[in-house]
Amino acid sequence: MILSSSLATFGNYCMFVRRVFSLPDRWGEFFRRTVAEIYKLGVGSIPLVLVISVFIGAVCAIQMQLNIMSPLIPAYTVGLATREIVLLEFSNSILCLILAGKVGSNIASEIGTMRVTEQIDALEIMGVNSANYLVLPKIVGFVAFMPVLGILSMVIALIGGYLVAVFTDIFTVSKYVYGLQALFQEWYVWYGLIKSLVFAFIITSINSFYGYYVKGGALDVGKASTNGVVASSIFILFFDVLLTKLMLQ
Amino acid sequence: MIEVKNVTKSFDDRTVLHGINATFYNGKTNLIIGQSGSGKTVLMKSLVGLNRPEEGEILFDGRDLLKMDAGQIKDLRKEIGMLFQGSALFDSETVLGNVMFPLKMFTKQSFAEMRDRAMFCLERVNLKGAENKFPSEISGGMQKRVAIARAIALNPKYLFCDEPNSGLDPKTSIVIDELLSDITKEYNITTIINTHDMNSVLGIGENIIFINKGYREWVGDMSQIYTSDNQALNDFVFATRLFKGVKDFVAQKRTTLR
Repeated sequence: MILSSSLATFGNYCMFVRRVFSLPDRWGEFFRRTVAEIYKLGVGSIPLVLVISVFIGAVCAIQMQLNIMSPLIPAYTVGLATREIVLLEFSNSILCLILAGKVGSNIASEIGTMRVTEQIDALEIMGVNSANYLVLPKIVGFVAFMPVLGILSMVIALIGGYLVAVFTDIFTVSKYVYGLQALFQEWYVWYGLIKSLVFAFIITSINSFYGYYVKGGALDVGKASTNGVVASSIFILFFDVLLTKLMLQ
Repeated sequence: MIEVKNVTKSFDDRTVLHGINATFYNGKTNLIIGQSGSGKTVLMKSLVGLNRPEEGEILFDGRDLLKMDAGQIKDLRKEIGMLFQGSALFDSETVLGNVMFPLKMFTKQSFAEMRDRAMFCLERVNLKGAENKFPSEISGGMQKRVAIARAIALNPKYLFCDEPNSGLDPKTSIVIDELLSDITKEYNITTIINTHDMNSVLGIGENIIFINKGYREWVGDMSQIYTSDNQALNDFVFATRLFKGVKDFVAQKRTTLR
């Protein structure tokens, strides 16, 4: 029963994505809406990304120092380990899990409200492909802006660790900076960015899907928003494992 | 003109519309009336293509909606305007933006031309001066008028109105009814109004289709309602004391005149 309903939901999701990825009726309107979505979903997330990244970067550095204090391990390991955590997991997977809550619930509730107030029906009656008109700019806008958020998160998180070195005497600035540069692999940055692009698509498409098919009223919009965030979080974790296996092994 | 022939619609095992036949004329205000749950909204949604009936024909000036492909339906929809029960205005757009929306999507006019057309439509519904407000900043009656302006922006051949008076006070309801009636005649539109507002039924109903339990029970105009002996229709239209009084008064007047 659960399997068949899950398969039916997945089938509906595939058909929805097919409707979304058709050519826009008006390219000018599509670009205007895409820019608006970049501003709303992407630029609007920068403060959250900054705050989370600086604190997580600082905590990572402190935890590394506390947990690997040993005369056998070089002191620069704090910087190196903090960098690897940030590049490999935090600035893509963990960040996207957090953004699934903020951006995902925003998308699902916005589209869900449009559904229950008949705004989507109004678009359909006018002959507009509502899925394409509403959802494609969100997907394109957020996916396009995600690398900016990812790189910003990487830089700010590493600065968070740096600030710990500057303002405390837990470890030295020079060792931390040396650790950041030691054994650096450029591929890890690309790996993180590729993952974040996939996660951005998951966040926008799954939450749009849940919002688009809301039936009922305000309570159902809330439920759809919650379900969208939960589903997109699960898929982010699943694809995290899959992409890590594919790209790092 | 829209002709509905033998339309049947079911949801799961429950048949909601049983072989409905009806004709909606252009230049006339056509009303679909019936109790809640009678199937009139399902009929309206079938007419605009939001539902797909299992049987029958829906002919828009001879073109069968149910035999059209996606491209033909898209073209037909450019000829359709619709006024929704809750107005369905786009929250993120101003009043002017809402009225300009169909023009932006389906015409190649310049911004100035679109603006002029939108302003003309807003003037037609007496809303000049409200163009820069957002839907949340105007009253329910004004929202309905914006929705009417948006619906007529592309000069539609067919105008569908789903309970246009719901949530409005009687005076505003009359304003909306008169506006719909005037626009219908002015532009020779086929207007179909789904309502259970008896003021509308007795005020602007030139072609009334009464749906009862999924069947087409009665067809006529507003003057024929007073003399109809259809029990279900009488129970529905003259359910309140006010309208029962109106019917008795009309009957008395006719007797006196004879």
